[in-house]
Amino acid sequence: MKQSKLDLLQGTLDLMVLKTLAAMGSLHGYGIARRIEQVSGNQVLLNQGTIYASLVRLEQRGWIRSNWGVSGNNRKAKFYSITAGGQRQLAADARYWERLSGVMERVLRMEKESGPLLGEDGEPA
Amino acid sequence: MNLRFLRRTRAFFTKRGLDRELEDELAAHVGFAIEENLERGLTLEEARRQALISMGGLEQARYKQREARGLMRLDILLQDLKYTFRTLGRDPGFTAVAILILALGIGAHIAVFSVVNTLMLRPLPFPNADELAWIAPPPQKCGFSCATYSTDAYDEFRMYTHSYQDVTGYFAFSSPGNLSLTIGNGAPIPATSIDVIANFFKVLGVKPAMGRLFTPADALDGAPPVIVLSDAWWRRQFNADPQIVGQAFDINGRQTTVIGVLPASFDFGAVFSPGAKIDAITPLDLYGPPRDWGNIVTFIGRMKPGITLAQARDDARAAAPHLCWNNKYPHSCGSYTKAGIIPVRLKDYVSGRLRRSLIVLWSAVGLILLIACVNLSNLLLARATARSKEFAMRAALGAGRSRIVAQLLTESLVLSGAGAAFGLGLAYVLISWLAHQGAIALPLLDSMRIDGAALAWTLFIAVTAAVLFGIFPGLRMSGGNLHESLKDSGPGTGQSRKHERVRAVLVVTEVALACVLLVGAGLLLRSFLKVLDIDLGFQPERAAAVNVDYSDSPADGNGSTHDSRKAILMRRQLFDQQVLAQVSAIPGVKAAGISDFLPLGQNRSWGLPLPKGVRPPDGLPSGPLVYVVSPGYLGAMGTRIRGRDFTWSDQYEGEQVVIINKSYAHYLASYAHWPNDDAVGQIISSGNTDMQIIAVAEDVHAESVEGENGWQIYYPSTQAFAEAPRLVIRTTLPPATLAASVMRVLREVNPKQTAAEFIPLQDFVDHANSPRRFFMLLVASFAGLGLFLAALGIYGVISYSVTRQTQEIGIRMALGATMGRVQKQVLAGTLRLAFAGIVLGAVASLAAAKLIASLLFATSPWDLAAYAGMAFALLVVAMVSGYLPARRAARIDPMAALRAN
Repeated sequence: MKQSKLDLLQGTLDLMVLKTLAAMGSLHGYGIARRIEQVSGNQVLLNQGTIYASLVRLEQRGWIRSNWGVSGNNRKAKFYSITAGGQRQLAADARYWERLSGVMERVLRMEKESGPLLGEDGEPA
Repeated sequence: MNLRFLRRTRAFFTKRGLDRELEDELAAHVGFAIEENLERGLTLEEARRQALISMGGLEQARYKQREARGLMRLDILLQDLKYTFRTLGRDPGFTAVAILILALGIGAHIAVFSVVNTLMLRPLPFPNADELAWIAPPPQKCGFSCATYSTDAYDEFRMYTHSYQDVTGYFAFSSPGNLSLTIGNGAPIPATSIDVIANFFKVLGVKPAMGRLFTPADALDGAPPVIVLSDAWWRRQFNADPQIVGQAFDINGRQTTVIGVLPASFDFGAVFSPGAKIDAITPLDLYGPPRDWGNIVTFIGRMKPGITLAQARDDARAAAPHLCWNNKYPHSCGSYTKAGIIPVRLKDYVSGRLRRSLIVLWSAVGLILLIACVNLSNLLLARATARSKEFAMRAALGAGRSRIVAQLLTESLVLSGAGAAFGLGLAYVLISWLAHQGAIALPLLDSMRIDGAALAWTLFIAVTAAVLFGIFPGLRMSGGNLHESLKDSGPGTGQSRKHERVRAVLVVTEVALACVLLVGAGLLLRSFLKVLDIDLGFQPERAAAVNVDYSDSPADGNGSTHDSRKAILMRRQLFDQQVLAQVSAIPGVKAAGISDFLPLGQNRSWGLPLPKGVRPPDGLPSGPLVYVVSPGYLGAMGTRIRGRDFTWSDQYEGEQVVIINKSYAHYLASYAHWPNDDAVGQIISSGNTDMQIIAVAEDVHAESVEGENGWQIYYPSTQAFAEAPRLVIRTTLPPATLAASVMRVLREVNPKQTAAEFIPLQDFVDHANSPRRFFMLLVASFAGLGLFLAALGIYGVISYSVTRQTQEIGIRMALGATMGRVQKQVLAGTLRLAFAGIVLGAVASLAAAKLIASLLFATSPWDLAAYAGMAFALLVVAMVSGYLPARRAARIDPMAALRAN
């Protein structure tokens, strides 16, 4: 049976777009979408069209900027790149995600009757 | 976040460009995807298909991007608006009726709001107006003389009170036309001025529009005469001459300098003497002759900041014993303690007694708006039935309930917005008209306008109305069963039958509300008719009054000695005799006489003459109103007397004679024990003067039409000093046609006679009745409007139900029902609705009648005639509005009706 794809959590797409742009430099919408699909190993259920809502939102917030340009295969496209503000936002969001996923991981690894709710490093979860 | 909002807003306005850009982007995206798929070896067709699949729906992508980019809610609102305009435009009849109903309801509401705002809510047109207080004794029977104080009392009040920044006042006895302005050789022009204490404008906070206002030096005895013009008079009489300040004119025979012009915002009459036109203000000489004139000035104080009215009251009470009527008579000190000196807020004095009327008016107009809303609700429900399929279709296509309610609310908001706009125009016309009704004795009318508060109120009313009449049909329409609506084949089934019941309930409500209005209007109308019926003690019809000017000669002295008084009175008698003889000779003049005050105008009193030689009871009331009259005056007024009238032989040095009125005579007789309790022939005395009562006159409504009669005493003008004399003529022709001939006679006798106005006595009565007439007319027109709206509602419901039952009626007629029977049935349905409404309305009216009770005159709030009239009017209107649909029902062609299906 084919494993169903992951639904994207609210707000995660924006972070993925930011990170992709930070890693890849300037990219057009299709490129960003494909990159995310590749990195996720095609596990994410991404309607590529939704990327444009994310892009316009990020641009209006001033975290990315866009220019029309020409792609390698001579196609006119809009290229996006991350701004300094976007870099800062990315760092903040990434920290947040790391913390959250750390917590999730620990919570999910919790075993039956494991005594007090303590993490491996002895700190309260 | 703000930055993002700005960008979203910008995106909202640059939609087209952004959409094009998005299309390009999406096209590029699909292009990239196809290329990549082709590289993977797919066929072109398959490559395109895969590209579109991974895209996840182009339309969705567009929608999501737009949602993130712009202001989606606003977009939806605009869509709703566009749709609203289209649907309303498709049904112009409905739209016009709805807007008309709302415009009438909202217009009436805004107009009344402006009246209430001006009279009750807005402060008086003075800076810090809530500091101003009117200081007077409570109302008594002796008119203006008991509502004023002496100039000595004024000084003492100022000295002994501590809660006022300052106190001022004005001379309350200036009579209309007391100025005579002579320019060049022209005929003297009459005008009216009020004498005020020099600090009057300072206390009120009025600044001149030009020149200056009074200083204490202007009011000193012997100061050169100065005058301040009202804005209106300056424009009318002096052509708004910008160089007027400093010019001097012959006013009352003295060169008087214009020192300033008042701003248009200050109208003495509008605040202190509603309905009177005051042309100019002059300073009152507090320390000259007025000192000996007794009670002449009113008090107006400006309280210190932070002083409460209660404190000011205590302060006034404490000061009262120090006040002297006249410092020359020590025993007169403290005489004001008895009646009391009570400060009230100036605002309450000016418009306080209109409170009740305004509340009633406000309620009436509230009812009108409610009726308009119910009516609209009804109309919208009728439309709802017609549109239920449209909405069911929208719901089936995925529109949420909130989206449909929002659409319907948008429609009602658009309707009420348009109604409010037209209503505002209507109110503006009404208000401008009212503001120029100077003859209505209501204060502050001239300052009435549609201001910011009125606009805000309009907005509030429009939204409230929209929600009121829109939400109900909205919820009904969107809440219906989808299935049912789609299935419902229109007339005769399910949903529409339910709607009809709701509509019937709405109509009954509407009729009931109209009932309350009609009963209110009926009661006020009955009261008004009763007021018109009052026997005033004089006959105002076919009689008119005109100011006359005595030509006293300086050679006769100033009246301070016996001889001087005699000389002045003799000269005046000659004048009176000459004028009256010549006026009486004019064809059409039935009778003529002269008096110095007229009923329903100003008045004064001189203390209380009592029977000679009888010990008076304790606790004497205040004295009668005094009229100094010529022989023939009472006859000219149409006041009946028992006894003899004054004659020219009642001389200054002869026996002193008076005529008193019935109530006063009754009071005197009650303890004097005169034979047969008859006052005629008895002697009364005042001070050292004995006077014989030569006649008893009937009671005259001297102070108000509706109020209780006070006491009056008449002195002959041959024995007492008259103030500003007025000639009264009774005519067989309309008085106005004689104005020119009378004026010619007056000019012949006295070339300095001013071109005074000829005023029908009826005008005094109308003026006194004008507030009642005003409120009655307003409430009556609201009731008429309510009746009209109720008729519209009844017509709508009955007409719709006839349409719905066309087939049923057709079948019944095919089975042999006659036209008459069908018609009767429809009319019976109408009457059932009307009857239910009337019963409900009558009950509501009984409850509401209490509110109006204090405004009624000699009419019970449960007056049968008013209720019967209301029921009759409503039944007639119901019949008429039911008749048209009934006739239509009776004319239904059974064949056509049956075939239509």
